[in-house]
Amino acid sequence: MQSLLDQLKGLDALAGAAMGGLPVQLQPIPGSTPVVQVSIEGRDELPIFVTSSDMQIICICYLWTEEEVKPERRTELLESLLDLNPSVPLSSFGRVDGRYVLTGALGRDASVEDIAREVAVLSDNALDALDALSEFLN
Amino acid sequence: MTVIKKLVTLLRGSAREIGESVVDSNATRIYEQEIIDAKHSIDKAKGDLTGVMAKEMQSAREIERLKNEVTRYEGLALEALDKTQEGLALDVAAKVGTLEQELEEQAKAHASYSLQVSRLKDLIKSAEARIREHEREIGIAKTTESVYRATRSISENIGSGGSRLANARESLERIRQRHEDLADRMTASQALENELGHSALEKKLAAAGIGNDADRTGKVMERIRARQAKPAGPASE
Repeated sequence: MQSLLDQLKGLDALAGAAMGGLPVQLQPIPGSTPVVQVSIEGRDELPIFVTSSDMQIICICYLWTEEEVKPERRTELLESLLDLNPSVPLSSFGRVDGRYVLTGALGRDASVEDIAREVAVLSDNALDALDALSEFLN
Repeated sequence: MTVIKKLVTLLRGSAREIGESVVDSNATRIYEQEIIDAKHSIDKAKGDLTGVMAKEMQSAREIERLKNEVTRYEGLALEALDKTQEGLALDVAAKVGTLEQELEEQAKAHASYSLQVSRLKDLIKSAEARIREHEREIGIAKTTESVYRATRSISENIGSGGSRLANARESLERIRQRHEDLADRMTASQALENELGHSALEKKLAAAGIGNDADRTGKVMERIRARQAKPAGPASE
């Protein structure tokens, strides 16, 4: 199986082009599982992380943590996320270890072009979601 | 226990463990071995199936042949009776008896082949279902592990770099601010271009009555007046 970094070769240029020419940077994150950070200029606070399992390529954008949610509006937020989920193209809301995320998954053998499109859509969706749902956050 | 049920239980506990143990590595190995075994048994069943189906077809042909033989010999026996050859008719009847016995045996064999065929097909179906189920379970388990491990690597990495994943509202503000800055910069550069750029200089020159743009209207009027004056001109020249 191809290593994740090899599979992502050219992702910076392709994702940048998909986002109207924004400069994009890739950076591997050390750890027990392959992770590559994709930073998009102007959206540095909302990087996309790409990781892989044997079966899938997973793109993750961390939105906010459990502590940031206004306790009195938490149920309302969760319901909004559930209601929004089927409508958001290619991305799903989720929570990993107390962090709310937006994720998108592709087949393990996805092309770098498909991953670039996924990253661009995920970044747009994440920014849009953060903007729309920030009223629920502290 | 199904893998999703197991996940739900695990997620109620410590997230720390999830990266390691959605399905422990031993269970994953067992599943992977079961997938290999199921694939082997499918291959074998498919091989057997071809053999048994061939035998089923052969026995169907044999049954057809025996039935025809029975009909033919019965006809012969009838002919013998018509010719009052009782002894001969009896011999033929005995032959028909043997044929019918063979026919019964073939019918039994055929039924047993049919049963084997449907058993083998069921076996293949269930093995395929087992493979699909195990692959799904392993897929869910491994994806969960990857996501949790990646999250841990990311948190540790950002934590060690001195910064942390920023507060979401602040992040949004900063991104918005940057967008506004960019928009402001573009407006400003447009204003600057108006004030100091090429077009500004032209405007200043024009205002001072210098260059092509100076008193353009006046010049046009002059030209038109000249043309108006001309038609009356030729006689006087």
